[in-house]
Amino acid sequence: MAAGVGKTYRMLLEGRAELDAGHDVVIGLLETHGRADTANVAEGLAMVPRRRVRYRDTVVEEMDLPSILRRAPELCLIDELAHTNVPGTEHAKRFEDIEAVLDAGIDVLSTLNVQHLESLNDHITELSGVRVRETIPDAILGRADEVVLIDLTPEALLDRLRAGKVYPAERIDAALNNFFKIENLSALREVALRQVAEEVGAKRLTTELVGSREESLAADAPQAVGERLLALIEPYPGAQRLVRRAWRSAQRLGAGLDLLWVRVPGKQLSEEEQRSLAALRQLASVLGARMIEEESDDLTNAVAEVASRRGTTYILIGGSRPARGLARLRTPLPQRLMQRLPGVDVRIVADRSRRPNGSSGSSGSNVESV
Amino acid sequence: MSVAVVVIVGCAGALLGIGAGYWLPPHGRRPARNRLLPEGRRILLPFTGEEISRRSFEAAVRLAKAENATIMPAFLAQVPMSLPLETALPVQCARGMPLLEAIEQRASSQGVPVDSRVGRGRSARDALRKLLDQEHFDRIIVSADEDPRAGLSYEDLRWMLDRVPAEILILRPAPEDTRRISTETLTGHF
Repeated sequence: MAAGVGKTYRMLLEGRAELDAGHDVVIGLLETHGRADTANVAEGLAMVPRRRVRYRDTVVEEMDLPSILRRAPELCLIDELAHTNVPGTEHAKRFEDIEAVLDAGIDVLSTLNVQHLESLNDHITELSGVRVRETIPDAILGRADEVVLIDLTPEALLDRLRAGKVYPAERIDAALNNFFKIENLSALREVALRQVAEEVGAKRLTTELVGSREESLAADAPQAVGERLLALIEPYPGAQRLVRRAWRSAQRLGAGLDLLWVRVPGKQLSEEEQRSLAALRQLASVLGARMIEEESDDLTNAVAEVASRRGTTYILIGGSRPARGLARLRTPLPQRLMQRLPGVDVRIVADRSRRPNGSSGSSGSNVESV
Repeated sequence: MSVAVVVIVGCAGALLGIGAGYWLPPHGRRPARNRLLPEGRRILLPFTGEEISRRSFEAAVRLAKAENATIMPAFLAQVPMSLPLETALPVQCARGMPLLEAIEQRASSQGVPVDSRVGRGRSARDALRKLLDQEHFDRIIVSADEDPRAGLSYEDLRWMLDRVPAEILILRPAPEDTRRISTETLTGHF
């Protein structure tokens, strides 16, 4: 959830339990941040010493990946999953080191704050006003066998901070004035609880449907974390309504949103269409959606290709005008998409302003009915 | 003989038409009524919060009908100085998008074309300035309301009068006229 809730402490407790059960456990990397309780619980666990890496004019201590691989324990405890390594080590990011450890057949316990997840970064930045630079792809979390949420009420965390259990005394005031505000911590807690609930749900579904973890990862790796929506748009004013509705659906599902425009090759856009396209790009950027533009003659194929590439679980399209003439013989787009993308929901977004009761309004009330 | 040729040519033409109708790439996946906007004037209706004055909305609708114009409601999102300008703003959008939807529903149901916009800047004024730099609007309608939930401040209005090269219509509703267009009673869920 956030710094100071007890992630490292819990990881060490789990490591000790495994050690007591007779397994070979080592600490690959530990960040105690000077916390005595954390250091105490690490006592008795073997630790791979850090290595010193020279970077520019300084020497930095980093996790010693080659030594861990040589030591080859059954279980390795590696703190701070989202850490960025200094240049000169094997990988740019610690999660890449951990992938190498896993590939060597070593189990790993690691720690992560929820704001380091790539898909949540924008949302949490806006909530807290603080941009977290070190992020990891959501798929890394999707690879975990288990995700354990270390939950603590914001009040309890602030008490721990004030008591000097999180940061040294000189950093407490700065922390309280910046990230450690009750509203930030409450929002982070909500996001963390929701994320873990989605993780648990996704794991349960893939296990029920496919069976073993290996099979489920092979079959559904891109879908391991939550839902992903894809809205099909064209540069015209009504597309904004579709985008807004898709975004709201994505918010409710806690899902990512992609917008796809399939452009007919060689087609020149009118001035009006260019303006609409610019407005759609701006809307996508403000909403945090990803705008994808593909050029193809075959809409269905282009959508299917993007949907499988992006791990789409829902497709949203606007209402089509009634087919006329020989076009009636053609299979409608929703059916074509459902045939090409079995297992993906296809939703047609209605134009609410065309509802028969959509124009009713009361002139006497303070809130106008719309 | 000639009748048979006509029949054969006719059948071949029909088959060709059916084939072309089936195989040609699809066009026009959107309703025809959405395809074109009138080539008339563009009326910008900027707002920053969760509601707008019903007076300014009604004025925009009246003018749009009279001039065959398009109403362009614009949500002005504000990026805190601590964040990059291109930051996504989902929390602010959770307030602004439903109102855009409400305005669009309301205007569309009255037969007025709508084309929404979203502006983003360090302040509402900055967002509006960026929007005006990118596009031309013939007229801007704002309500003079010091309530920050309702729209732009008096200072912002003064700036607009000084700097913006468009017709500006500022409406100050009577104090007892507190009616507003808000998101509370959108048609259907949003």
